[in-house]
Amino acid sequence: MTRWQIFKNGVFNENPIFRLVLGMCSTLAVTTAVVNGIGMGIATTFVLTGSNVIIALLRNIIPKEIRIPAYVVVIATFTTIVDKTMAATMPDLHRVLGIFIPLIVVNCIVLARAEAFASKHSIVESAFDGLGMGMGFTLALTLLSLIRELLGTGTLLKASDFGFDGFSFFPDALGVKLLVLPPGAFITLGLLLAGINWFVARKGEKSHD
Amino acid sequence: MTEYLLIVLSAIFINNFVVARFLGICPFLGVSKQVETATGMGMAVTFVMALASGITYWLQKVLVMLNIEFLQTITFILVIAVLVQFVEMVIKKVSPVLYQALGIYLPLITTNCAVLGVTILNVEENYSFLQSVVNGIGGALGFSLLLVLFAGIRERLAFAPIPKAMQGIPIALVTAGLISIAFLGFSGFNLEALLGF
Repeated sequence: MTRWQIFKNGVFNENPIFRLVLGMCSTLAVTTAVVNGIGMGIATTFVLTGSNVIIALLRNIIPKEIRIPAYVVVIATFTTIVDKTMAATMPDLHRVLGIFIPLIVVNCIVLARAEAFASKHSIVESAFDGLGMGMGFTLALTLLSLIRELLGTGTLLKASDFGFDGFSFFPDALGVKLLVLPPGAFITLGLLLAGINWFVARKGEKSHD
Repeated sequence: MTEYLLIVLSAIFINNFVVARFLGICPFLGVSKQVETATGMGMAVTFVMALASGITYWLQKVLVMLNIEFLQTITFILVIAVLVQFVEMVIKKVSPVLYQALGIYLPLITTNCAVLGVTILNVEENYSFLQSVVNGIGGALGFSLLLVLFAGIRERLAFAPIPKAMQGIPIALVTAGLISIAFLGFSGFNLEALLGF
């Protein structure tokens, strides 16, 4: 596979959320607003790429028996870096994302890519895999939060850290409040996944003709 | 006493770990296909969460004492991983029957974000040792309740005519959404008034 194919694979064919259905907790929890979704996506991309590179670098040194704890330590290190950097530079976003920043450690995608990809591939390939998977994750989070924020509150891209009030499409009172509450997360993602399943199945049928 | 009851009840109903806090979604979607395995998983998670809450309380004290709180994430996850391994070995020795029943689900508890989640929440809430343990147990009970409830629904869902695109995870997520709406009703409860504070 070329590097571009590895990257594309993470974004589309094996999209962590839409195709592999991994990392659901943070996906459902933070997608109440687009800025939160993108913030979480970029934080996870950083951890994914960083840990993939380090693990690929050490893949011949780490003994097989204790590889999982070793991976976890590497991932936790990058998570701590993200956590502290965000707390210092974007305090509002950090507060909203709350415990889901340290919880990147237990995000299945990160460990899954370490085990399934970085432990078997070169450093550069692993970096591209991390970037691709991270971008796929970010894309999915953005799409989900776009639907929830727009229909739930009538605004888009509200970002208090950057002093931006967002674009307002309709008054807040007309928003479907349920969408920004927990049930909205489950239902929106469920319908979105169903839509993607339907689309992929239809595309598959067409290419068979 | 009422103080602890308050923590347990709010962890189960008002701030339910699965449908309100979004912790432990992976096992919730993965393990909840049969009521029996869901119950086993619930028991194992309760045990680990209570233990992890207790241990990390003292661990946090040590971290603060040495002024290295930034190592919280790393130390907590390592302690949880060791704890899960330890629990697995103990259960294997003490009760082979239970070990057989839980078997493959035990190692998965390490990556259950409800466990790491509850330990971090305990620190954030400044809970005492007992409050932390009680919060761990309450959170785990809420998780188990949802797991078993959901498994019951999915056992019946298996025989329902579902459109092809909705089968599997999508219908599970929509079902979870409906359960979440039901739990939203609890958020209006004034527990403190109810318990006579």
